[in-house]
Amino acid sequence: MTASSLKVGVQLRLAAGDFQALLDALASRGYRVMGPTLEDGQMIYGEIGKVADLPVGWTAFQEGGSFRLEPRPDQAFFGFAVGQQSWKQFLWPPHQTLYQVQRQGAGFHVIPGAEAVPKFAFLGVRACELAAMAVQDQVFLQGPHVDPTYKARREQAFIVALNCGHQDPGVCFCASLGTGPRAAAGYDLALTEVLRGQEHFFVVEIGTMRGADLIRELPERIATPEEVDAAARVVAAVAGNMGRGLDTTDIKELFYANYEHPRWDEVAARCLNCGNCTMVCPTCFCHTLEDSLNLTGVAGERQRRLDSCFSVDFSYLHGGSIRTSPKSRYRQWLTHKLATWIDQFGCSGCVGCGRCITWCPVGIDLTEEVRAIRETAAGVRKE
Amino acid sequence: MDTMEPILAAHPFFRGLDSRYLKLIVECASRETFSPGKFLCQDNEEARKFYVIHHGRVAVEIYRARRGAVTLQTIGEGEVLGWLWFDRPYHWHMDARALDLTRVISLEVQGLMDRCNRDHDFGYELMRRYAHHLAVQFRVTKAQLADFYGD
Amino acid sequence: MTAKLPDPMLPTPFVVQKVKRETSDTYTLDLSRADGPTNFAFAPGQFNMLYAFGAGEVPISISGDPAVPKTLVHTVRDVGNVTRAICRLKRGEVLGVRGPFGVPWPVDRVAGEDVLIIAGGLGLAPLRPALYHLLQHRGEFGNIELIYGARTPKDLLYPKELERWRGRFDLRVHVTVDSAADDWRSNVGVVTKIIDRARFDPPSTVALICGPGVMMRFTVLELMSHGLTPEQIYVSMERNMKCGIGLCGHCQWGPYFVCKDGPVYRFDRIKDWFDRREV
Repeated sequence: MTASSLKVGVQLRLAAGDFQALLDALASRGYRVMGPTLEDGQMIYGEIGKVADLPVGWTAFQEGGSFRLEPRPDQAFFGFAVGQQSWKQFLWPPHQTLYQVQRQGAGFHVIPGAEAVPKFAFLGVRACELAAMAVQDQVFLQGPHVDPTYKARREQAFIVALNCGHQDPGVCFCASLGTGPRAAAGYDLALTEVLRGQEHFFVVEIGTMRGADLIRELPERIATPEEVDAAARVVAAVAGNMGRGLDTTDIKELFYANYEHPRWDEVAARCLNCGNCTMVCPTCFCHTLEDSLNLTGVAGERQRRLDSCFSVDFSYLHGGSIRTSPKSRYRQWLTHKLATWIDQFGCSGCVGCGRCITWCPVGIDLTEEVRAIRETAAGVRKE
Repeated sequence: MDTMEPILAAHPFFRGLDSRYLKLIVECASRETFSPGKFLCQDNEEARKFYVIHHGRVAVEIYRARRGAVTLQTIGEGEVLGWLWFDRPYHWHMDARALDLTRVISLEVQGLMDRCNRDHDFGYELMRRYAHHLAVQFRVTKAQLADFYGD
Repeated sequence: MTAKLPDPMLPTPFVVQKVKRETSDTYTLDLSRADGPTNFAFAPGQFNMLYAFGAGEVPISISGDPAVPKTLVHTVRDVGNVTRAICRLKRGEVLGVRGPFGVPWPVDRVAGEDVLIIAGGLGLAPLRPALYHLLQHRGEFGNIELIYGARTPKDLLYPKELERWRGRFDLRVHVTVDSAADDWRSNVGVVTKIIDRARFDPPSTVALICGPGVMMRFTVLELMSHGLTPEQIYVSMERNMKCGIGLCGHCQWGPYFVCKDGPVYRFDRIKDWFDRREV
């Protein structure tokens, strides 16, 4: 294929049988390819060296408090929605040593941590996950202080997006938020997986010149209009089949006016305050800093660790915590996610991936909570 | 006597009061001066006076055996002293001691009560101001109870 | 490619020059930089993250004179492991400093105004730099009234300095406590009541308040009943802080990150959140 024909926006056809070439091309450029894989009966994000590392022929059914892996009748590579993990673990490591500190006479000496930045290629990044990265970009890159770890990892990461084709998106609601199921921006390459009869191929859209450079080596051809159309239909079918929806009309005002809504008591009675939702959420960024000393007392270190606003300690101020009731902590999380986030970062903290619904042990569904508050809201006109 | 009316009229407690009523009050009023350390009233004494402070500073104290006097409040210019002059048993239950040279107009309570009983409009006006004074007292007392400067 | 930490996350060593006991559990530390440039520039109302070796870090407001940047001054109350470690530091020992962080008092934007400084308990510490600034630029302001309340005379910070300020003709100082023995010569009663005695012209007055939440709440109400508008009132808030630069999320208060949007807020901007519980 000529170099001039490979431009941003061009769509190509890659046969499923040639998919290994994509993995090899990424590996040959020094990328650690990370993607969905099965391990110990779970779907996680791990190293993908060969096509067989993907959950080929598996799907997942998700509902409130439930994630069930089941075999598919076909050999789809990406025949599921998102799993428990998100890419934030790679872009913003949940544990990191910020510095080490050594006693020196009456004082001490600080040794800043420095890491070789891993060069990741993320394979199969859904539209909601691209949206989550854009949200975390606001947090870690757009404020007065930039997070250097996030910045370095983010800049190096090669992103192979995946337009969602999962036909049973039980907890998803990206369509109602406008964050999916089609990847709009923020990828080097975007795939759509098409399965029809015996045919199994990917339509690959070029998102960046970096993506174009990579794909030049692959045994693909320009997709026919019919193939492009088939791919579009796959995504459109998902958009029309979302399991959930979230009405975001005046949502900030809704939350600000309903700080004392009785629904908070009801949800707090069910919420275990376990913090699972904050751990699986692809945008939750709250973290803590912890100091420790070794046994001799002459050397120590500061660790940065992902934290959760569901712990009582999170708001601890000398003498006690600000948010002592479970209700106040659930309210903090949801109000932050859907309302105060908008004031803080100019966007919502929710991308509609549905993880917090699936991985809540009691199946609390934020779309349901918002609906309940909206139906009996104070101060905001009902739709 | 005639110099007392403008002092009372300018005092926050009586501000805006009809001059007709001010005259009734002046009939019960006399000037007093307390040098530093002198008591305006003492625990258990009969409460016969209502003090309108127009100069100086007064400590309201409670005396505790072995620990001596503890000051609970200081008041001064623009304030009044005397909580209990219209309720039984008409006794002071705290000490009030001048901290600085203190000038007051003291109102004779019995005379004031007689006039209130004769003219209920006057009585209402006075009680309204007194109720406000009590409300402020309660508010600041509650604030003090709340451990204002703790955490 | 390696990722380097930004400077604001790395503590700079400072040497303890002097430790002064203020109250039974509160100490004032004079610090100077162990190496590098000797000046520490800050604006009144800002805070630092202080690091006690191996124990951890706490946000502490700066309580020294902004015109004397050679000496960094912090007043610290022993209320936990880290503050205890800091309070126990001796002359010559070292602690780590990150900062200064946060939005300061608006002292350079209120020329011509009467200024009420109202402090409760430890709240005088973050207001002292503001007062230093006002006094150094005394001619630019109208009346300056300091109203300071504490539980008892023993809980007052900076008693000698209060005495010195009291001797000035260009500053009125009202100190008040909740209760006192009879040798106490000053006021007894809450700060809100002292506002009655302060001299200020409500339309051209600005009030700077720092103290516990309940004290600030009552004080704001009292000032409004004296005719001040929320736009004329500034308060300094307190929250759990870990990073100090608006990234860790701990200090969230409604839509705000207290470490970077505060700690000083103009009251009209936060009034909807001020009285809400468990935010």
